[in-house]
Amino acid sequence: MTPPKQAAARANAVSWRDVDPAPVVLVSGPEEYLAIRAMDTVRAKLRVSHPDLEVTKLDAGSYTAGQLAMTASPSLFGEGKLIEVSGLAAMNDDFLTDGLAYLNDVAEDVVLVLHHGGGVRGKKLLDAVKAAGAPVVDCQPLKKDADKAAFVSGEFRAGGRRIEGAAVQALVAAVGANLSELAAACRQLIEDSTTAVTTDTVEKYYGGRVEATAFRVADAAVGGQGPLALSMLRHALATGVDPVPLVAALAMKVRTVAKVAGARGSSAQIAKEFGMQPWQVDQARRDANRWTEEALVRCVRILAEADAQVKGEARDPVYAVERAVTAVALAARRG
Amino acid sequence: MSVWEDLSGQAPVVEQLRAAAAAPVPNHAWLFTGPPGSGRSNAARAFAAGLLCEQDRLEDRGCGRCHACHTVMARTHADVTFVATEKSIITIQEARELVTKAQDKPSSGRWRVVIVEDADRMPERTTNVLLKAIEEPPTRTIWLLCAPSPADVLVTIRSRCRAVSLRVPPVEDVADLLVRRDGIDPELARAAARAAQSHVGVARRLAQDEESRRRRDRIVRLPLGLDGVSAAMVAAANLVELATAEAASSNEQRDAEEREMLLRSLGAPEKGPLPPSMRSQIRGLEEDQKRRAKRSVTDYLDRALTDLLSFYRDVLMIQLGNAVELVNEPLREDLSRYAGSGRPETTLARMDAVNSTRKRVTTTNVAPLLAVEAMTVSLL
Repeated sequence: MTPPKQAAARANAVSWRDVDPAPVVLVSGPEEYLAIRAMDTVRAKLRVSHPDLEVTKLDAGSYTAGQLAMTASPSLFGEGKLIEVSGLAAMNDDFLTDGLAYLNDVAEDVVLVLHHGGGVRGKKLLDAVKAAGAPVVDCQPLKKDADKAAFVSGEFRAGGRRIEGAAVQALVAAVGANLSELAAACRQLIEDSTTAVTTDTVEKYYGGRVEATAFRVADAAVGGQGPLALSMLRHALATGVDPVPLVAALAMKVRTVAKVAGARGSSAQIAKEFGMQPWQVDQARRDANRWTEEALVRCVRILAEADAQVKGEARDPVYAVERAVTAVALAARRG
Repeated sequence: MSVWEDLSGQAPVVEQLRAAAAAPVPNHAWLFTGPPGSGRSNAARAFAAGLLCEQDRLEDRGCGRCHACHTVMARTHADVTFVATEKSIITIQEARELVTKAQDKPSSGRWRVVIVEDADRMPERTTNVLLKAIEEPPTRTIWLLCAPSPADVLVTIRSRCRAVSLRVPPVEDVADLLVRRDGIDPELARAAARAAQSHVGVARRLAQDEESRRRRDRIVRLPLGLDGVSAAMVAAANLVELATAEAASSNEQRDAEEREMLLRSLGAPEKGPLPPSMRSQIRGLEEDQKRRAKRSVTDYLDRALTDLLSFYRDVLMIQLGNAVELVNEPLREDLSRYAGSGRPETTLARMDAVNSTRKRVTTTNVAPLLAVEAMTVSLL
């Protein structure tokens, strides 16, 4: 059974895309970008109905007592008012008191938008808002590729431009790591193109850009795919992966191969001995076929040197990690 | 019993310090150098006792019987400040406090003495804070710095200090000290002193603690079991795991006690969540504890690698036909066999590998596991 409070919160949950102005709107959740979009939506809708809208922005962290009542009080000209309060996650006690008081006495012609970035601070106020039946926009980070694809499709639908399914996937793969970047990419494609967006268009704009993780670089290098490993390394560095975890990931892969290389017995036995999963052992054994003992020794030493270099022993950490990737990829191929 | 007596095997230094303690105005800054275990901080402490001793006759200074001598040796004298760190470095804040402290007049004795036991753990920035204070201290303040070698402190500090260099004490002297001070069986004391390569503290631990003898034995035998890359990787993993476990077990209880003490002195509620104002204090403590744990791991690896080095030192001695006295005497047979299968050049290269790893682990922020792996595969 769900507690009544949660049930209430779910009942008035709305998506950030179709949130409508209401006396009080709560935008909560850690994904900053969606929160900004939700607040933009409310503001845009209000501007349509009230061309002379007066917008006030407050920060709940540096709030002084009485501010909310003062801004919400009716003005002489009777124009519509929008009060956007940000930083509720760090709200001070004054805001908590005034916020609770305001809920009992909601002003006319005023839309109050509250943005809470997550955490437990001010939970009392949030619960009160939810219980009062205010619309709640939940802004959770989009983790799965399917969610991101849905986001892209939604953007294109809203922009009135068609996009092929494959193009959506290509776009998510190229710039999916950061939501605001993904949204910016969508905006650009919608505005620049005149017909339906295809994979070719995406390729033309974002082609060659791949979001590589440290582990994908390490996999390619240990698998002996030198050119792929180096280009992935460049992509990884360009998209903000630090040299230190790159070396650590390489070391981890080489370590597994080195441990498995000389070991005998079934995968399950080895897995138990080294505290790994059986599938990891199988993969490492496949990799180990390409390696000789000398190559492993050489690579472990080079990696240890690279680790010291990226941590301050050398001037250029990028060169150090590039050298290590090259050495590992070459050693894996020759073996 | 005078304070100088426990400085075994350091007769020239004792003479120098005795004379200085008897002088009406001794030099204002001293730098004690010597290999680990030679008793740098003990010498500095004895010198401080000599300076503050209450005996009237100058030649009796450092009597070991008066109140001043007792309190200095027990590290409780009000005018003597001991600075040592359990973390990897002495921070700039600690150094600044020290500069202020050095300005105080001595409260009861003739001198205010500041003993920096880990002068080599001061980064350059920190040392610069002390420069002026060491160059021109108030008339009644004396600085005693300790470091393994003069090269470990800035040249600007070195030039402001008088040097006291301790030597590696002979094995006999260390063994005598263990017998005399700690009442250890002479045979065992000798073996321990030899295995510790004259490091007094390590020798005592080896002589008194069965477990640490066994641990050392296992580390020294490490090269004998290396028969392939896989084995080398496993040996490295074991060594690092041992270091981490050792550090954790020695710190665990203390960490918990410190946390409890802090909570009590902050007046934290007995149950429920911690008020935000106290959280930052707790976080500060936890960060300090983490730094201490890191230092424990590095210290353990440092010790282990030094022991490992003694294996190759012996092998080299045998290969060069000069195996009169081996550090690892009980392993002589294994060592001879191992020495027979290689050449001195390889042994030297291996010693280099161990040494460079030791340097990396202790002075930089490398991942210990990777560094040790690189070493064990180099030993193949």
